[in-house]
This record gives sequence, C-alpha cells and structure tokens, in this order.
Amino acid sequence: MDLGNLASIAFFLPELLLVFGVLALIVLDLMLPRKGVLADVALIFAAGSLLLIALEPAQAATGAWMFHRMLISDAFAIFFRALIALAVVIAVWMSIGSLEVEHCDQGEYYAILLASAFAMFLMAESANLLMAYLSLEFVSLTSYILTGFLRHNRRSQEAALKYLIYGGVASGTMIYGMSWIFGITGSMDFVAINKALFAGGQAPALAVYIALVLILAGMGYKVASVPFHMWAPDVYTGAPIPITTFLAIGSKAAGFSLLVRFFFPAISHLTASGNWEALQGVDWPQLLLVVCIITMTLGNLAALQQTNMKRLLAYSSIAQAGYALMGFVVLSNDGIRAMLFYLFAYYLMDAGAFLVVMIVANETGSEDVEAYKGLAWRGGLVPAIALAIFLFSLTGIPLTIGFIGKFYLFAAVIRGQFYILALIGIMNSVVSLYYYLKPIRKMFLEQPVGDEPAFEMEAWNYSLMGVLATATIGLGLYWTPIIAFANRSLHFFSGA
Amino acid sequence: MNHALTLITFIPIAGMVLILFCPDAMKNLIKWIAVAATVPQLAIAWWLYENFDTTTTAIQFAEKHPWIEHYNITYFMGVDGISIAMVLLTALICVVSVFASFNIEKAPKGYFALLLLLDTGMMGVFVSLDFFLFYIFWEVMLLPMYFLIGIWGGPRREYAAIKFFLYTLFGSVLMLLAMIGLYYYSSTPTFDMTVLARNAGNYTMNFQLYAWIALFIGFAIKIPAFPFHTWLPDAHVEAPTAISVILAGVLLKMGTYGILRVNFAILPAASHQLSWIFLGVLGTVNIVYGAMCAMAQTDYKKLIAYSSISHMGYVMLGMAAFDSQGINGAVLQMFNHGTITAMLFILVGVIYDRAHHREIAGFGGLAQQMPIYAGFTAFAFFAGLGLPAMSAFISEVLVLSGSWQPHPILTIFAAGTAILTAGYLLWTYQRIYLGPLNEKYKNFTDMNFREIGMLVPLAIIVLILGVYPQAILSLLGTSLDHLNQIVLSTPAAAAAIAMVR
Repeated sequence: MDLGNLASIAFFLPELLLVFGVLALIVLDLMLPRKGVLADVALIFAAGSLLLIALEPAQAATGAWMFHRMLISDAFAIFFRALIALAVVIAVWMSIGSLEVEHCDQGEYYAILLASAFAMFLMAESANLLMAYLSLEFVSLTSYILTGFLRHNRRSQEAALKYLIYGGVASGTMIYGMSWIFGITGSMDFVAINKALFAGGQAPALAVYIALVLILAGMGYKVASVPFHMWAPDVYTGAPIPITTFLAIGSKAAGFSLLVRFFFPAISHLTASGNWEALQGVDWPQLLLVVCIITMTLGNLAALQQTNMKRLLAYSSIAQAGYALMGFVVLSNDGIRAMLFYLFAYYLMDAGAFLVVMIVANETGSEDVEAYKGLAWRGGLVPAIALAIFLFSLTGIPLTIGFIGKFYLFAAVIRGQFYILALIGIMNSVVSLYYYLKPIRKMFLEQPVGDEPAFEMEAWNYSLMGVLATATIGLGLYWTPIIAFANRSLHFFSGA
Repeated sequence: MNHALTLITFIPIAGMVLILFCPDAMKNLIKWIAVAATVPQLAIAWWLYENFDTTTTAIQFAEKHPWIEHYNITYFMGVDGISIAMVLLTALICVVSVFASFNIEKAPKGYFALLLLLDTGMMGVFVSLDFFLFYIFWEVMLLPMYFLIGIWGGPRREYAAIKFFLYTLFGSVLMLLAMIGLYYYSSTPTFDMTVLARNAGNYTMNFQLYAWIALFIGFAIKIPAFPFHTWLPDAHVEAPTAISVILAGVLLKMGTYGILRVNFAILPAASHQLSWIFLGVLGTVNIVYGAMCAMAQTDYKKLIAYSSISHMGYVMLGMAAFDSQGINGAVLQMFNHGTITAMLFILVGVIYDRAHHREIAGFGGLAQQMPIYAGFTAFAFFAGLGLPAMSAFISEVLVLSGSWQPHPILTIFAAGTAILTAGYLLWTYQRIYLGPLNEKYKNFTDMNFREIGMLVPLAIIVLILGVYPQAILSLLGTSLDHLNQIVLSTPAAAAAIAMVR
C-alpha cells in the first residue's frame, strides 16, 4: 500500500502527538509562571504516544508506505517505535526525579527530549537513505544539546563537544557511503536498492563493500560499536543521568533499527529457510563479526578498570551492543529475533541500573563506586537489591530477563554454527561478572564507615525502580509475551 | 502427593518469603521459620524414600507442565535411582545447616532468607529433568552462595566469594553452550533430558566429544576435580560453618550428579571414550593430591577441605569403572561423603566458635578439656579414614574393587592413599586433641546440646550405612546398572588407549 500524505496520518498519530507535545511545551513555557507542570505535560505526551502505538490499527503491522515512500509502517518499525516511546517515558520520568535536571530550563529540556524521540521514530521508519540520514542527524543534533544541557558543568560541556565532533565525522562518512550506493544502484529507496543489487547481478562488489564500510561508520556510531564507540564513555559520564539513560537505550535502539533495516531488507536477500544471504562477493558479515567480537571484548575489558558508575555502565553498554550484534552477524531470522528480545531486556536492566545510579547520586552527590560502600547497611537496602538485580541481569544470571536474552542470542549463534563466536561471547559474560560484581560487593559485602548520610525513600523514583526490577525478574520467569512480540516484529514491508 | 517434588523444592521459598516479612528484631522467630521450612522437606524426602519403587528405571513422582511452549521448555520434575539419594541427602543436610546457623548474629534475616533460597536451588537441581530448568536451578544457587560467603564469611571473604562465583560461572556458561547444542541437535528441539538420552544414538562422535568436555568442565569445577579445585579451599576457609557444611555436604555432589545425569545418560559414547582419563585419572589425582595437600595444611578447616577434595576423587574413580560395584559405590560415596564431611565441618566450627582461630599448631590436649568433642571428632575421623563398620568403608571398598578390573594401576594409587589419609587425620588428631592442654583454653566448655544434636543423627546414619548399606544401595542399583549398560553398549575406547591404562 502506497499512502499519500493525508492517508498516512492514520499511521502517524504517535509521532504527531510527540510533535504536538513539543509545540505545547514551548507555548506553555512562555505562558505558565510555574515551570514544574511542564514535566508532567511532557510525561503525558510521551505516555500518550506509547499508548497510541499500542492502539495502532492492525494494518500498520501488515505494512504500508507512508508519505509517498518516505517512511515505512510495518511490524518491525512498530517494535522499535514502542521501544523508543518506552525510552522517552523512562527518561521523562527519571528527569522529574533527578536533582541535576531540576535547575535546567524545563520547557526547552523536555521539548528537545520529545523532539529527539520523534526523530528516533523517523529513524525506525525510514524507507530510504535520505530519510535515514536526515533522521539520524536530527537525533544527533538533539542529543548534542541534551548532553550539554548542564551549562555550568564542565564535564557536560566537554561531553557535548566530543559528541558533536565524533558525530560530525561519523555522519559525514556515512553520507559519503550513501552517495556511493546511490551511484551504484541509481536509487535511494531501500527496496529499489535491493532490486538493483540482486536483479542485475552486475553490482561491483568492491564498490558496494566500500560503501557499506562507510555507512557502517554512521550507524556504528549510533549503537556505539568499536571503533566508533569512543564518544560513549565521555558522553555517558558528562550528560545528566536521565539523558545518559535515554542515549544508552533509546538512541541505541534507534541505531539498531536502522542497522537492521539497512543491512537486511535493503542489501540482503531472505531465503526460504529463514536465513539471510549477503550479496555475492560482498563480505560485510565477516566485517561485522570482527566488529562484534572486538566491541564486546573491548567494552568488557575497559569496564574492568572503571571506578565511576556511569563510566562503568557506559563501557558495559558498549559490551552489551556487542552481544546484541551477535544476533546480527549470524544472518538469520533467529538471530534478529534474539537481538530484538535482547534489546528489550537491555532496556529494562540498563535503564534500571542508571536509575539506581541516579537515586544514589541524588542522595550522596557522587557517582563513584566508592559512594556505594555499605549501601545495603545504611538504609539503602531496597535500591541495593534493585541494582543487584539489574547488574545480575546484565551479566546474564538466570531468573532475570537478561539471561533469557543471552540464551536466545547464544541459541541463534550456535544454530548458525558460529561456535568460536559463541565461545568468545560466553567468556565475555564471565569477564563481565567481575565488574558487575564491583558495586554489588561494595553495597553488600563492605560495611559503611559511618559518616555516610542515611538513605531516604522517595516514592517517585522508587516506583519506577520497582516496576523495572519486577519486570526484569518477572519476564525472566515467563517471557512468552515478549518473545511472541519479537517474533511478530520480524516482518519487513517491501511493497508486496 | 502428586506434587511431592514441587513441594520439596519450593517449601523453602515459602519460608524465605515469610522471613522477609518478619521484623528484623524477631531473631528467634526467623530461625524457627527456617527450621519449619526445612523439616517438612526432610519429611517429604522420607516419604519419597518409603514410596520409591526400587525395581524400575522409570522416572518416579514425575510432574510435567508446559512452561514456554514456543521453545518447548517444560517444568519437568522427577526422580530415579540416580537422584533419590541426593534428594535425601540435601533435605538432611539443609536441616542440619539451619541448626548450625543458629549462632549467626549479623543480619539473621538476610542470612536465613538466602540459606533457604540456596536450599531450593540445590533441591531443584536434583529433581529437575528438563535441562533448561536444571540450568536455572544450577545458576540460582550461585547468588545466595556468593552473598553467604561474602557477607557472613571470614576476613578474606570477598576474595573467596568472587573466586567461587567466577569459577562456577565459567563452568556453567560452558554447560549452557553444550545445552543449546543438544537442544538444536534433534529434529524437534527439546530440553527434556529423558528424550535427549533416548536420542543418544543420533549424535555424531565429534559433537559428543566437544559437548562432553564442555559439560565436564562445568561439572568438574563443582566437584571440584583437579585442576579446577583451587576455589574450594578458599571458599571453605572463609565460609561460615553452616555454609561449609552445605558446600561439602551437597554442593560438591552436584558436579558428580551432573556427570551421571547428563554426560553419562545423554552422551554415553563419549563417556565410554573419555571417562578413563577425565574421571579415572583425574579422580586418582584428586585422591592422591588432595591427601598430600591436606597433610601440608596448618589450618584445620583447610585440611578438612582438602580431605574433602581427596574423598570426592573416589566418586570419580568409581564412576569411571563402568561396572556395578564401581558406580554404586560412587553414588554411595557421594552420600557418605555428604554426611561425614558435614560432621567434620561442624566439628571445626565448634572449636572455631570458642577459640576464634583454626591454627592446628595453636591447640593441644583439647581431649582433657572437651571429652565429648574429642569423642565425636575421633568418630568422624575414623569414619573419614574408612574404618570398617562405618559407611565410608563400604563405599570406598566398592569403588576400589569395582575399578580394580578396568584400572588396576589407578586403583593401587587410590588404595595406597588410604595410608596418607590415615596419616594426616591421626596426626591432626594428635596435635589438636592429645598431649598437654594449652593453658589458654582451660576454660573452654564442651559441646552444647545444639551441637551434639546436629552430630548425633549424622553419626547414626554413618553407623547404619556401615553395617546396612542396602538402605541406600537398594535405591540406586536398578537405575545405575541400567545407566552402565547404556554406556557399555557404545564402542569402547581405542585399543591403544586401553593399553595405556
């Protein structure tokens, strides 16, 4: 179905709601004397867009072109839009409970946050290279601003600048690669690119390969895979924690959506057995395999030495992206399904971990691992247990959704007969245990020295923490709904 | 009692939840809830023992429900001759360890909650027959163990706890890979261990060998088999008494149980090829090396830990024999090791509670001051060195006579180690209990009612099994002999290998 501008709107309501949210925030910011309401308004719009995605008409999942083939609506896009909406809800919720954000200009902050989510929606829905590039740049621009939002914090400023410079280089490289693809295939549209590459059989393999490597720079930058990961630790450490969370989950998910959408339906070919075939002679899976292995290993090894929780989680999230990439390089629907599941799991546990870091930072003003000393013994037992749950889940210990996610990933890897990759991945999990245990050890095994302030409960943050922790465990025991959702989402619309 | 196995596994969880709702101040209530959560377990275990049909190899008391249908994961529990003895042992040791924990002062609420969670994890491992479920229980056990050692342990507890965790996680992730490999091997993927065992003929030899080794490493770390044993002495030395009891009494058996349940039953051909070296030779190394290390220790608890490693070697050696005596002896030895080392660790705990150190050289003449204590220690030591009329004698003789035929040289080494064992145990006894009394310890009180109460039931079991081993052996025979038959029906190891051994 090829929908025109007006007909597309029926499938575009969640996005429109976010845009209304942005406008409403700007107007209300000018009109209202009390800025505290703005956060609630943002939360309502974010939650509303999540709700609208849940209520999407069934047709949206079957697939359609929107706005004259600029955007796609299909089950795959819905999965990622749901994830991104979830990320923005979590980020707004956290922002309300964060002391860092309290002193920022509320109107602008929330407006840009919603705008960023809107851009991520577009990324997940892009139907051609132009849209992909524009939406990716849109996400980047909003992210730069959000990262540097703590204007009086030097680290925040430095992080934003680094992010900007890396981002500029990465997206410049990417658009150069895209121009190669356009030159080779004569088209920007993903479906047309696929036809041009596979129908003629005359595509120059080397040229395509170079183009793909260049494009990978931009997308790899968004998911923070090696060698485009360097920005992540600084940005994650410098940005306000709700924004760090938003970047770590939302931005990463959006990056993965584009990565899958481009590398699978656009330039690969689905066989009857549920495996994907890369273009003859263009060995990008091999390249991604190397990227995947280095990403998880480097992320884990670098995390071993960290003493700042945000930095530790930043490297951990690099490693986690490496795990998720395992589902990518096996070139099978099994793998993509596992990856989707894992991203969802990663959402719960990583957001949860950052949330506890924020709670502790609110109380103690510090993000160092040292600040967690004896946390469980000085009134912080509840956040300590929650953080332990999230970290064990990130490690992949059973009874948590993180284990199930890893299980599916390794199942896909072994089924694809990538035994060495499986071994490397699993050894990485063991290594990661060491640094995930670091804060756990501090919190439970060490006693407080005595001069730390006592911990106080605050309903707002604790309620989200409770939801995330319960989901991490609950879905680790019964995960059928999530795997069914991931399974349904394995549908790429190609115009048929 | 259709849900006997579900009950026996999850009653401790109910206790754990109750404990979590208890106010911190009611320390006694917390302790008695823990008792109330473990004693019914023992009762159910006894009921299982009474109603167990010893004439069949079939799975008994089975429960099977779909869990994740999309991936054919089931909630499948059941026991057969391989697991019933371990269920009994677990229930028994858990009750003992709850009583052994009564003197815990630091945060008892958290301690007992974790202890009960650990209990569920261990019991679950022995009763689950779905590999996925088995793996979940296997891993779930790690968390409470980490915290129990790490929070309530000795001075180097953090090091010991993380070492334990890393070692076992390393082993279990290898197991995870093998498990997934097995899952995808059959045409209709399944985690059902009975089905996987039935398909044993379909796996190629290469696949079997790789999967066998991956699984073996996972299990060997738990046993612990040389060279994966180094976490155990550290963990034991730092762990509180009750946790040492559980560690030695139940946890180590999971390794050998896993090998029987998974390696032998599902990968018989590879077992037939590889057991002589991985179980036979490494088992003998365990026996000899463990005994030698024990001899060199200056720390009482570390000595017992190494002696425990040494005695687990008999289990491995017996399993490698593939005859009726060897394998029955091995599983009986698992049970006996559980009761005897539990006694030994309780005894170490008794003196540590009073002296707050465990240096063997620092004691002397305790028999004068604490005659009951010295008496129980003598009993446990004699049981440990395999005195006739005590349980370990039967199982070790069975193991040695079973392995004589297939592995004569290994058997000579293993049997010869009995002298070393007697040597280090008697020497230790002499240094701690005999001779002139160290003045510092003049005011030590003898064992109290609780401490005696923990040891007596264990001692009675040791004596009963010493004269009437049929009480346990009759449970095992049918299933273990059947398992032997399965392994022996596969091609034997190559002639060249046969000559070497």
